[in-house]
Amino acid sequence: MSYPDMMRAAIKKVEETRKKRLDETFSMLSPEEKKELLENFHPDYRDDAFREVKVGANKGQSLPHEVVDILEARSRIDPDSFSLDVDREVDVLVIGGGGGGSSAALIADALGAEVLQVTKLRMGDANTMMAQGGIQIADKENDSPAIHFLDVMGGGGFANKPDLVKALVMDAPEVGKWLEDLGYMFDKEEDGRMVTRHGGGTSRKRMHSARDYSGAEIMRTLRDEVQNREVPTIEFLPAVELLLTEEGSCQGAVLYDLETEEYMVIRAKTVILATGGFGRIHVSGFPTTNHYGATADGLVMAYRAGANLLFMDSTQFHPTGAAFPEQIVGLLITEKVRGLGAQLVNNEGEQFVYPLETRDAEASAIIRECEDRGRGIETPTGMKGVWLDSPMIDQIHGKGTLKKELPAMFRQFDRFDIDITEDPILIYPTLHYQNGGVEIDASCETRVKNLFVAGETSGGVHGKNRLMGNSLLDVLVFGRRAGRAAAERVREVKFGKLSLDHVKDYNRGLEEGGVETDRVSPMLLPDYSAEGSF
Amino acid sequence: MGDGMVTIYLMGKAYSVPENLTIMKAMEYSGFQLKRGCGCRGGFCGACATVYRIKGDYRVQEGLACQTVVEEDMYLSMIPFYPAIKKKYDIEELEPETNVLRQLYPEINRCLGCNTCTRSCPQELEVMDYMNAAIRGDIEKVANLSFDCIMCGLCASRCPAELVQHNVAILARRIYGKYILPKARHLAERVREIEDGRIEKEVDELIAKDREGLEKLYNERDIEGE
Repeated sequence: MSYPDMMRAAIKKVEETRKKRLDETFSMLSPEEKKELLENFHPDYRDDAFREVKVGANKGQSLPHEVVDILEARSRIDPDSFSLDVDREVDVLVIGGGGGGSSAALIADALGAEVLQVTKLRMGDANTMMAQGGIQIADKENDSPAIHFLDVMGGGGFANKPDLVKALVMDAPEVGKWLEDLGYMFDKEEDGRMVTRHGGGTSRKRMHSARDYSGAEIMRTLRDEVQNREVPTIEFLPAVELLLTEEGSCQGAVLYDLETEEYMVIRAKTVILATGGFGRIHVSGFPTTNHYGATADGLVMAYRAGANLLFMDSTQFHPTGAAFPEQIVGLLITEKVRGLGAQLVNNEGEQFVYPLETRDAEASAIIRECEDRGRGIETPTGMKGVWLDSPMIDQIHGKGTLKKELPAMFRQFDRFDIDITEDPILIYPTLHYQNGGVEIDASCETRVKNLFVAGETSGGVHGKNRLMGNSLLDVLVFGRRAGRAAAERVREVKFGKLSLDHVKDYNRGLEEGGVETDRVSPMLLPDYSAEGSF
Repeated sequence: MGDGMVTIYLMGKAYSVPENLTIMKAMEYSGFQLKRGCGCRGGFCGACATVYRIKGDYRVQEGLACQTVVEEDMYLSMIPFYPAIKKKYDIEELEPETNVLRQLYPEINRCLGCNTCTRSCPQELEVMDYMNAAIRGDIEKVANLSFDCIMCGLCASRCPAELVQHNVAILARRIYGKYILPKARHLAERVREIEDGRIEKEVDELIAKDREGLEKLYNERDIEGE
C-alpha cells in the first residue's frame, strides 16, 4: 500500500523543491486576505449546506442540514406512555466517559457527592483519547493568561463569550498542576521545565504535550483515577432523554442499555452532560477525525429540554486529514507536524499558505488550492489533496526527530508501508470539531436549571473557531467546573415529580413547525452497515 | 480471488469483502453495526483488539480491527473486553521505590520470558522488556518503553503467566510522571500568581475593551519566534 506510481511522480516535485523551501517562509495572510479566503472557500459559508430549524430555542436560525436533521426528530421514547419509575437515585449524574465527564466525576466525587458516571461506549472512548498535539497553558515567563485570552478571542473571530474564555485561560495553569500531580507525563526538559511549541494561531509557544499521545495520556490517567477512586461507572449505557421536574429543572435522565435494550430511569439532583461533539453526523458529507460515538447526543437532549445553542453554524474542519491511503481517509494528522516545520505543498511542489494560520484559514486555503486552482494531487480513488512535507522535520531538527516526536503518526503510516520520514503525507481538510454547542455560564450551567454541560457539547468559549490545544484544556477546565458546581448545588435541591412534558411540548413544536418526519434522535451509533463507512 | 474481493470469516461465518478494507470496515461492509469493539477508529483507544488466524496456518495473530487490513481466508474474532485485574491505589500515598510495582502486582515475578506479549502488541512495543524492567523496579524504563500503550489488553489476554502488562505500565507511568520527572517550577509559580490575584486584572482589562480595541491588540500582538 505504498504510494502508487501516479503519486510517486508528484512526490518527485516535492523532493525537487524541498531544499529551496527549507529557507523559505510563506507570508501570513493579512486580516483582509483571511476574510476573503474564508468567505469564498470555508464550508461554513456554503448556503446550500444550511436550512432553517423550525423548532426549539434556536427556531428560525440557519444551521447545517445534518444538525437540523437530528434536532427535528422524534424522541426514542413515547412521552405519553413511558414509565418514570425510578431505578436509581444519585446526587450527580454524569453522562459521558471522556475527558470532560471523567474530570467532572472526579471533582464531584472528591467534594463528597454521590456520583454516577454513565457512558455510551467504554470509559475513554472519546475524542479526548485521540487528541495528539497538546494542551495550551500560559505558564511560561514570556506568556500570560491575558496573552492566551487574546489569542483565543482572535482565533474565535471575537465572537467568543469572554467570561468563558477568562475561565479557560485562568484555570489552565491549575489544570496543568492537577495533571502533573496525577502523574501525567508532560514533555519536559531535564530540569522539569515544560517543552512547549506553537500551534496555529498562538502568539507564544504554550502547547504542552506528551509526545503525540497528549490526549490519550490525559484520558488513560483520568480513567485510571476514576477507577482508583471507585467512582461508580456504567458503560454501554447512553442517555436518550433528560428528565425535568414540573418546575422545569433538570433532575435525571432516561438511559438505554445498548446490549439488553432496556431503559433505566435515573433520578439525580444535578446532571452533567459531557457527551462530546458531532463529527459522526458528517456535516456537508466530510469525513471526520472523530471517534465512533460523536453523534451529538447531548446536544439533542439538552435542546429538547429547552437549552439554547450557540455557533452551531460553525464547524471546524481540521486542515490536515489523511487523504491517502483510503483506509484512513479523514484521520487526523496532528497540527504538530506543521508545528515542527513541515510545509504544505501543491502539485507544483510550491508552498501556497503559511503553515500555521488558524485552522479555518488553513483549511480554506487547501480547499481553494484543490477545487479552485486545480493544484491538488489526485489519489487512485479520485480524492484530491495536497502534500504535507513531513520529511522536512528531520532535516530541520535532526534525524530521528519525527519518530521521537510523532511516534503515533509514524506508526499509523508505517502500517501501510508509507515512511513519512522519507515521503510526504497527502492531506485534505476533515471534520474535526463542533465549535458551537449548548450555551453555558462560567459554572457550566445551562438555561435549564441544574443541567450542566462541559466540553465539546457546550458552545461559546471558542467562538467560531477553536485553536489547537484548547479542546483538551476546555474539557478539563469546564469538566472540573461542572463537577464542582453540580456537587455544590446538590445541597439546595429537593427531589420533585419527574416529567417528560418537555418532550411532549417539543413534539407539538415539531407539528407546529410543519416538520413531518420519522427521524429519531439521539442517533447513538452511526450506521455504516448500509452505505459504506468513513 | 482476483476480483478485488477476499473471503473472511467473522466468528466463523464467511463473508466476501473488498480487499484493502480494514477489519472494522469489512465488518461494517458485511452488515454489522458495531456496538462493542469500536471506539476511536484511529488506533488510539484500544477498543477493537482482535485475534485472527489465516487458514492453514497454526499461528494466532493479533491486531486492531481499525488498523489491520483483511486478508484472504482470515478467521477472526474481536476481544472487546478482557477480565484483567486492575489494582486500586491512592497515587498520593505511593512511593517511587523499586518494589512499588511488585507490591501491587506481585504476580509479575511469574513472567516466563516467553515474549508472547511483545509479539502480540499491535503498537509494536517491547512489552517483555518493560515487564523485565518492572520486575527489577526500573520505573523510568517501564514508563518510557510503555509510553505508546493504548491499553487494548491483547498482551494480557495472551500471557501464559496471566500478567496484566498494560495495567502495570500505567501504574509505572503515573509514578514516573508524579514522582520522578522533576516538577515544572514555572507552572507552580503561575498557579501561585493566579491564586494571589495578580493575574486577573490583566484579563479583565481586555474584557473591558470594545471589539475594535481588542482586534487592534490582536492584529498587532508580537509573535514569539522559533
